[in-house]
Amino acid sequence: MDFTFDSEQHDLREAVRGLLERAYGDAEQRRRVTGTDPGFDEKTWARMAEMGLLGLPFAEEHGGMGAGPIEVAVVAEEIGRVLAPEPFVEAVVLAGGLVAAAGTDEQRTEVLGGIAEGTTLAAVAHAEPGTRWSPSASAVTATRDGDSWSLSGVKEPVLNGARADVLVVSAVVDGGTALFLVRGDAAGLTRTGYRTHDGGRAAHVRFDGTPADLLGTDLADRTSVVERVLAEARIGYAHEAIGSMDTALRTTAEYLKTRKQFGVTLNRFQALTFRAADMYVSLELARSTALWASMVQDAGGDVVAAADRARLQTSRAGRHIGKEAIQLHGGIGVTAEYTIGHHTSRLTAIDHLLGDGEWALSRLAAGVDGHETVDPLGAPYTG
Amino acid sequence: MRLQLSPELEAFREEMRTFFTTQVPQEIRDTVASRRDLSKAQLVESMRTLNAAGLAVPHWPAEWGGRGWTPLQMHIWREEMQLACVPEPLPFNASMIGPVIATFGSQEQKERFLPATANIDIWWCQGFSEPDAGSDLASLRTTAVRDGDDWVVNGQKTWTTLGQHADWIFCLVRTDPTAEKKQRGISMLVFPMDSPGVTLRPIELIDGGHEVNEVFFEDVRVPAENLVGEENRGWDYAKFLLGNERVGIARIGATKRLLAQAKSYAREVTVDGRPLAAEPRMAARIAELENELMALELTALRVVAHSTDGKPHPASSVLKLRGSELQQAATELVVDIAGPLSVSSFADGGSAVPDWARVATPEYLNYRKVSIYGGSNEVQRTIIAGTILGL
Repeated sequence: MDFTFDSEQHDLREAVRGLLERAYGDAEQRRRVTGTDPGFDEKTWARMAEMGLLGLPFAEEHGGMGAGPIEVAVVAEEIGRVLAPEPFVEAVVLAGGLVAAAGTDEQRTEVLGGIAEGTTLAAVAHAEPGTRWSPSASAVTATRDGDSWSLSGVKEPVLNGARADVLVVSAVVDGGTALFLVRGDAAGLTRTGYRTHDGGRAAHVRFDGTPADLLGTDLADRTSVVERVLAEARIGYAHEAIGSMDTALRTTAEYLKTRKQFGVTLNRFQALTFRAADMYVSLELARSTALWASMVQDAGGDVVAAADRARLQTSRAGRHIGKEAIQLHGGIGVTAEYTIGHHTSRLTAIDHLLGDGEWALSRLAAGVDGHETVDPLGAPYTG
Repeated sequence: MRLQLSPELEAFREEMRTFFTTQVPQEIRDTVASRRDLSKAQLVESMRTLNAAGLAVPHWPAEWGGRGWTPLQMHIWREEMQLACVPEPLPFNASMIGPVIATFGSQEQKERFLPATANIDIWWCQGFSEPDAGSDLASLRTTAVRDGDDWVVNGQKTWTTLGQHADWIFCLVRTDPTAEKKQRGISMLVFPMDSPGVTLRPIELIDGGHEVNEVFFEDVRVPAENLVGEENRGWDYAKFLLGNERVGIARIGATKRLLAQAKSYAREVTVDGRPLAAEPRMAARIAELENELMALELTALRVVAHSTDGKPHPASSVLKLRGSELQQAATELVVDIAGPLSVSSFADGGSAVPDWARVATPEYLNYRKVSIYGGSNEVQRTIIAGTILGL
């Protein structure tokens, strides 16, 4: 049981922080980048690739760094700290994670290698209008014709779907959900991109007999693979949210110390400082849970259950801190030129993309009678 | 970063679990499990059982019975004890005056008091709060005036927990009323509760129990050698004591056990033909409390690993704040599960109301104290805002 980063993890954090501080230390720079397509900075993305960040969790034989969940957590937190718009969790953890879990060796080498080098932007087309947070597909169907496959139906919202070089698509096949790769220039693929409220990009993606490659060789139901990789992405988002909440709290505390009203700085008002103290409590409880979930993943424990627990805790904390940060700032907190509201916007997006707190709670509630007590250092979390 | 306990710590955990579940009398553990008040004899027997095995004061210096454990071992010791329904060593002895004497007392005081304190041959009580000095403890007014070889104590203390059982009291007294800062004029004295001039008056609480007392001092003569540490340094010792108190005060293991009990109670109560435990809203409420408690436990594990020089990590205020809130939330949950049965607090043998439902409301009412004692939760928020956030 050890909650501390080793020296390499510490160095990784310093390096990532340095890179992202240079890119987004000036908040205006983020506004400029998110104001134009593709919503992130291709140069920063390339530098992240040079640093090895985009292949961090992939095996070395597939062009990755062979690092583990703790290193992924370190990077995600730094992304959140400056609200870097580069889609690290989405492209590396989620899209890359699905290819790593379900792809053939050849597919892994090609797609993961491309992601790691920064030459392939992969996006996951899984969410469907009218459903939410299911590990299986229902609105896109796959049809087989000899050795080839084609897809039909609609996916939305697909994060970075318009810019993506390759889409990882979940689709209905006989007996379940399969995963496919679709090239960005495939025939019968219509992508309509738009801005999301947090400065990112999403797309309406229509497949109309679009040629697709089956991910993997056997036509197995991939629902449990999707469930597991979604869980890993939830944990990645938990760390991104922690980074954002940490900055939101520190920014708020700084504001309380400098902003004057009634002739005194705001930190003279106990009604405000007590609320900041409660934000700190929320943050630290969520941070402990997120770090624990990454350790569960690292130990090969029940990552789905751990992700639900982290999701619930960071959802509650993100809403609490996001809302209070704006309120304690006052009117400036809802302006676009000031950073604090952007944190709230991003925390709100993270809270809804892969399952919100109430959703996670329902899942935990369904299993509440299955154990007498929760032992975070015991089964099923220790693997 | 690593999740698993080392094999040594796993073995340690197993050793603790085995001891607590086999060596402490079942009848005492049953009393804790059924959430009834323990008698003085039970508390003494339990602590002596632990002390005989070297498990009563593991955090003390080694020469006085300490074990030199890591903070993580301390956490496991406390957690397993609470899960096994073993009463914790009397806090006034084990985590309050004992560490103060061991750290600041004279050699003579250490020899005289520490072995007797660890074995509860002396039952201590705390003389800190006064009617006009609660959270603002430093404004206390009980005085001690030097007269020859004695201090003469006059004044009043309150909220003296289990003072009715106590042999000795450790007391904060004002010894320099002229000190520029009120914190500077305070000293710590220890003296027997049967000293002439000491009067104890019980305070009845809303749960119907007698747990706390008022203590009055009228010209109580205390020998000069009973001053702990240096004159007018008592505030430092008090802060040291309260810091130690905060770490164990979260009572995570105890709340975990109560949540497990609440689940079984919820299976006993039927709503529209099905168990209350199956009600989605009830299941969600329990699941959320379990998750919050787990987050707190993990935070405790993170914080203990970073405490240095025996000084509590500033984030230990989070443990006190959230730990007390969750203890209260769990007792509230049990009252809600009991529903209308929760009014039958004083039912006797002729009642069909189960024991757990009878004790539910008194415990809930009694537990309002936990967000007040040990530095109220508002004091903890002040510490977090000031020390951690720099506000």
